[in-house]
Amino acid sequence: MIKFLLNIDRRIIFILVLLALIIPLKSQIFNMPVKPTSTVEKIYKKIESLSQGSIFLLSSDYDPQSRAELYPMHIALLRHCFRKNIKVISMTHWIYGVGIAEEALKKASAEYNKKDGEDYVFLGWKPGFAMLIIGMGQDLYSAYPTDYYGKNTRDIPMLKNVASLRDIDYMIDLAAGATIEPWIIYGSDVYKFEMGAGCTAISAPDMYPFMQTKQLNGLLGGMKGAADYETLLEKGTLVGENLTLEEKTNLAREAMRPLTAVHLLIIILVIMCNILYLLTREKK
Amino acid sequence: MIKRQIPLVIAFIVGVMFIIQFFVPHKVSQDALTYVNQWSIIIGGISILLGIYSLIHFHFISIRRGRPGWGFSVVLFGCFGLAVLVGFLPSIVLWFKPVQQGAEPGVWLGFIPLKPGVEEGSPLFWLFLNLISPFMATMFSLIGFFIASAAFRAFRARSIEATLLLIAAVIIMLGQIPLGQMIWQGIPDIMMDWILKVPNTAAKRAITFGITLGSIAFSLRIIFGIERAYLGGGKD
Repeated sequence: MIKFLLNIDRRIIFILVLLALIIPLKSQIFNMPVKPTSTVEKIYKKIESLSQGSIFLLSSDYDPQSRAELYPMHIALLRHCFRKNIKVISMTHWIYGVGIAEEALKKASAEYNKKDGEDYVFLGWKPGFAMLIIGMGQDLYSAYPTDYYGKNTRDIPMLKNVASLRDIDYMIDLAAGATIEPWIIYGSDVYKFEMGAGCTAISAPDMYPFMQTKQLNGLLGGMKGAADYETLLEKGTLVGENLTLEEKTNLAREAMRPLTAVHLLIIILVIMCNILYLLTREKK
Repeated sequence: MIKRQIPLVIAFIVGVMFIIQFFVPHKVSQDALTYVNQWSIIIGGISILLGIYSLIHFHFISIRRGRPGWGFSVVLFGCFGLAVLVGFLPSIVLWFKPVQQGAEPGVWLGFIPLKPGVEEGSPLFWLFLNLISPFMATMFSLIGFFIASAAFRAFRARSIEATLLLIAAVIIMLGQIPLGQMIWQGIPDIMMDWILKVPNTAAKRAITFGITLGSIAFSLRIIFGIERAYLGGGKD
């Protein structure tokens, strides 16, 4: 019996994972309150401290593979900025990220009646990566002569006073890969703007040294980070305000239920396999 | 001589020049950086064309020589052709049937939108939204299932190190979900926080220092002509 359990068919585990995903999605099981962590609070407080008309740069460097994890925080950040009338510059280093970045920007801007060119600008994708960051730091208009829709960046009202990265008030990189470090090395460290980051849960531990050195002021780590941000957004700025239907759609907090179930399943499986392993060792 | 020595001289001069440039805030120095940067971005763009050529060449040879798995190369050409066709279709149709300036391009054959480019509403955007996006998401989602299976088989307390890793993993997993907070607030606030800020940061920092020192050494080897692999080809 122990041997059978230790060598259990992986398809049974796959079915268990599938059930752990579907059941909480279709019911309210594992619906628990989310308490925001300090790393997320720092980003929230920074955006709260920005005055109306401040310039916020959002680099969404991820593709559809990481969409499930990063899109909720993308939307939450945009909602926060638009609610506070902060001007948003959106861009991406990932060619597959263009569609997602545009979709998020259009969705959030439509909720707050924000206009392209006045309240936000979408620069789209361009090759170059680290070179592009340096180029933006030297001269934004040269690095991006036109925005994604072909408008001359020098003629865009919102970019009138944004000649380079030095004019950015705050920046967040939403990353599925290794883009946060180049943004720190070639961007924030050189052109002196404050920076935060959002990343997949698996790469979040890699970012802790940068928070200790204050090169990142905060971090949104995976789905939990996004759920924390949604909680803060709901608690903080909505005193006396009514939530719109879109704002009530908290993508990350909805996803926390299946995520909790699957984490719990994996923990149970790991504990179970170790008990069985110890039992077989004692027998030997 | 020319093929070897001239690139080495260029690498040396440009390498030394831009080490000095980093420390000189003068306008001339900054303008030089902007200028070279623009060159780099342009060359980066050209490398995409080179990549496409390389991809086509490799898979064309695969089909011609009948290498194992050549059928996948045919699929690649099919998808490549479809994406190119879908991308250019609106522009081609609008070239033959132009619409008035400012007017909506409408649809072709009753269902194909004629909006050019990659913006929302264009055929290429439709392709991205309905094919590429779900395909990529599906591939990535499968990892979750394999991780669950692998965790069950591999996460065993075989030694003290493996046991420590196991305990740390369980704490981090609990810290990532609201259930951990409900069991004890200290799981995310004290235990997970300590693991991430102390042992994790120490290890990550050591790795970063190692990589950085290696990168500096490698760059110096290129600048001084010791490392010549980037030149390609055989021996001098």
